[in-house]
Amino acid sequence: MQVEMTVNGRAMSADVEPRTLLVHYLRDHLGLTGTNVGCDTSSCGACTIHIDGESVKSCTMLAVQARGAEVTTIEGLASNGELHPMQQAFMECHGLQCGYCTPGMVMAATSLLNENPKPSEHEVREGLEGNLCRCTGYHNIVKAVLSASGQGGS
Amino acid sequence: MTTTEQAPSGANIGTRKLRKEDPKLLTGEGKYVDDIHAPGELWMGMVRSTMAHARITGIDTSAAAEADGVHAVYTGADLADMGLWAAPLPCAWPVTADMVNPPHYPVANGEVHHVGEIIALVLADSRYGAADAAEQVVVDYEPLPVVSSIAEARDGDATAHSDLDSNKAYHWPLVPDPDALEAAFANATHVISAEFEQQRLIPAAMEPRGVLAVPSPHGGDITLYSATQVPHILKVMVAATTGIPEMKIRVVAPAVGGGFGAKLNINPDEILAVTLAHRLGRPVRWTETRSEAAFSTHQGRGQLQKIEVAADENGKIGGVRVHIDADMGAYMMLITPGVPLLGSFLYTGVYDVPAFGFTCDGYFTNLTPTDAYRGAGRPEASFAIERAMDLLAARVGVGPDEIRRRNYLNGGEAFENLETASTLVFDSGNYAPNLDAALEMAGYADLRAEQQRRRDAGESKHLGIGLCTYVEICGLAPSRALGGLNYGAGGWEHATVRFLPTGKVEVVSGSTPHGQGHETAWSQIVGDKLGIDPDDVTVLHSDTAISPLGMDTYGSRSLAVGGVAIAMACDKVVDKARLIAAHQLEANPDDLEFAGGAFTVKGSPDKTMPIQGVAYGAFTAHDLPDGMEPNLQEQMTFDPPNFAFPFGTHVCVVEIDEETGNVELLDYTAIDDCGNQVNPLIVEGQVHGGIVQGVAQALWEGASYDAEGNCRNPSFLDYLVPSAMEVPSLKLGSTVTPSTSNPLGVKGVGEAGTIGSAAAVINAICDALSPYGIDDMPMPATPARVWKAIQNAKGGQS
Repeated sequence: MQVEMTVNGRAMSADVEPRTLLVHYLRDHLGLTGTNVGCDTSSCGACTIHIDGESVKSCTMLAVQARGAEVTTIEGLASNGELHPMQQAFMECHGLQCGYCTPGMVMAATSLLNENPKPSEHEVREGLEGNLCRCTGYHNIVKAVLSASGQGGS
Repeated sequence: MTTTEQAPSGANIGTRKLRKEDPKLLTGEGKYVDDIHAPGELWMGMVRSTMAHARITGIDTSAAAEADGVHAVYTGADLADMGLWAAPLPCAWPVTADMVNPPHYPVANGEVHHVGEIIALVLADSRYGAADAAEQVVVDYEPLPVVSSIAEARDGDATAHSDLDSNKAYHWPLVPDPDALEAAFANATHVISAEFEQQRLIPAAMEPRGVLAVPSPHGGDITLYSATQVPHILKVMVAATTGIPEMKIRVVAPAVGGGFGAKLNINPDEILAVTLAHRLGRPVRWTETRSEAAFSTHQGRGQLQKIEVAADENGKIGGVRVHIDADMGAYMMLITPGVPLLGSFLYTGVYDVPAFGFTCDGYFTNLTPTDAYRGAGRPEASFAIERAMDLLAARVGVGPDEIRRRNYLNGGEAFENLETASTLVFDSGNYAPNLDAALEMAGYADLRAEQQRRRDAGESKHLGIGLCTYVEICGLAPSRALGGLNYGAGGWEHATVRFLPTGKVEVVSGSTPHGQGHETAWSQIVGDKLGIDPDDVTVLHSDTAISPLGMDTYGSRSLAVGGVAIAMACDKVVDKARLIAAHQLEANPDDLEFAGGAFTVKGSPDKTMPIQGVAYGAFTAHDLPDGMEPNLQEQMTFDPPNFAFPFGTHVCVVEIDEETGNVELLDYTAIDDCGNQVNPLIVEGQVHGGIVQGVAQALWEGASYDAEGNCRNPSFLDYLVPSAMEVPSLKLGSTVTPSTSNPLGVKGVGEAGTIGSAAAVINAICDALSPYGIDDMPMPATPARVWKAIQNAKGGQS
């Protein structure tokens, strides 16, 4: 089946099996391997991207369901060689170690701040509940999101 | 020796330098194995056993073989006939001469011994096609009796391998002085006896494992990309297992998404990818699914522990006696049998224990094999002795802090190079100030007052405060010590430091990161040692073609062995540079000072030469001392003279809702002492993650099996890896007691959090519930278990 969508600002088109998961379309067809796969039950959030500005686990939908959508992946977040403020905050707060959950975590966190620009610590934890990290114990991830929201330094 | 203050350091060591690794990982530039592709690659799809113990009576591959996009289907018999392997999968740690080690081939042939063992595999031209075809293979089984727990393995009639008479794999004793041990118990006023279960844990690194083997059909060489912690060990073992000459094998660990021990094995998929790619002349790949990982990657823990502590009327310990029954799972993997032994030396904890005895029996079960998981034997040891200390405190009638103070090694005061009853020499310690710091940061006195207030008021939410003062053994390892334990390799680490002609520096690291920040930390060390900007340093690693020598990353060894090797290689670079600079400045080498990255003739500040200038001179080689080799590059292989023994105190505060049994973590304080710190930012990150992994063992995680050997919770839907919602922010501090085992005075911190935290949590729960007379709680302490314990204590209302 033919799918057309805008990915990181560029019009993309490909012929895929109807069952192709969006995450596999992004990774295997478009070569956008920044979006990771950490589970097979939509539990871990490593594959989180933005569709029309909302965070979505890209393993929960088929590529064909994203036809016509505006998709943003981690590759589309930094601009002109500058890290996005959320990426910068993760770096300054040491909010990543192995980096595998990081793209999904950053995408979920930017979406969180879009909806709630000044979250409390509890709201950050609640907002990231669908994204698992095994390295950081979440301490510095939470700190990074609060820092990116302008609350508390790194 | 000092505590609480970092030892004097240079401009970089000891600073919170942001990580060099991060920009790539934050933008999706990091390449993990599943991100790498090779033209013409074939995907492996595994046909896994649905039975824990059975004879395979038939395999029908016909439908799979005819499926679209399928290149081939192989059964275990097919592969054996093809002569793909020269030896079974390796176990590098035969802990005793008579250890039983059933042959373990990548694909079962005849009999399967755990659910998920590979029975056949398909090769297909796509990810989905391989999965589809694997499902079309039909296997017929004749069920055999299943051994689904350690207790069954030990006490039951069934054997996990039908050709073995017993499930016992080995008996390993460490009883330095049996008479003294017996006397200690005979003379004791108090004897504490307790049994604990260390449940099986699924390591669950966020990146599933994966492999890609790329052959060179005409050259005969092969490159294996693997999500591994141990590219160097893997290379040796691939050669030994497949018969492919070692110099033809290159192993690359690209970006690796966490390991925690789960990626230090030699796995069936790795050997299959290499041998099939080599035989077929096409790239072969596989990526683990999360739900498959409970079967395709080893698990951690799996022990039944019995600990006895003999003490006098004041609670001063006279002896500790421990017995472990350890679950090997279905097979011996790389270091399966040795994991309990890594903990054996630590059952005396941070305490002055005059007499000690440890025995371990390893047993086979029909479950996924066990092996190293963060801490590997040491969290188990720490848990047992720290739980026992609380039981002893209650028996003697003193607080948990007081019982520890009465028993600390060297009276709780600073020491260096102290021999313990478990035969090890602890490099350095200073335990009482560390405890004091933790109690102060946690607000211990106030917490006790609040606990009492709630009790007096009869509130239904109980406060519990748990302590743990742990010690760990890391910096693996002195090679002679490993030899004494019958381990199949050394414990050294290798480093190369080279100046490039332009004055930049390349470091080649034998230790292999998967999230620990080696590139940053090593650059800081090199920056100080060579007097240069750490951003002028690049660190090469994780590719055996670039870094041919190494012993890799596990056991909190990278800094204490690998980082030290880099520092020592830098010293050699400076030594050589000094000779060149002296020659070119026409001075005696002894008259040169090296500071700020430049050599200067003492007393003649104008006679100076930056080390980059020396490096360029070494490159052109136009004017070197007679007989000196060109270039400025040195290597170092460091074999540590002793282990390192980090320690620390954790204070966990829980609130238990009597109505629901829910345990909420209210507060967590950890004061760790890992010696000198190269990068406190990275140290804290390691401790944060480690604590949460240990807390998770205490409260949420545990691979659960039914009587037929089926894992009931293999996916993330059922296996509760904690999210940000389950844990609080953590309060960290440190004391600094430099190690005597290496010139940097560093210890290691990768596993510390995990080693201290499970005991602190369970001690807190038992503390909260002590008014009910509850002094034990199995892990994970689920709300159901806690609620039931409370109900039983109240009079059996459950």
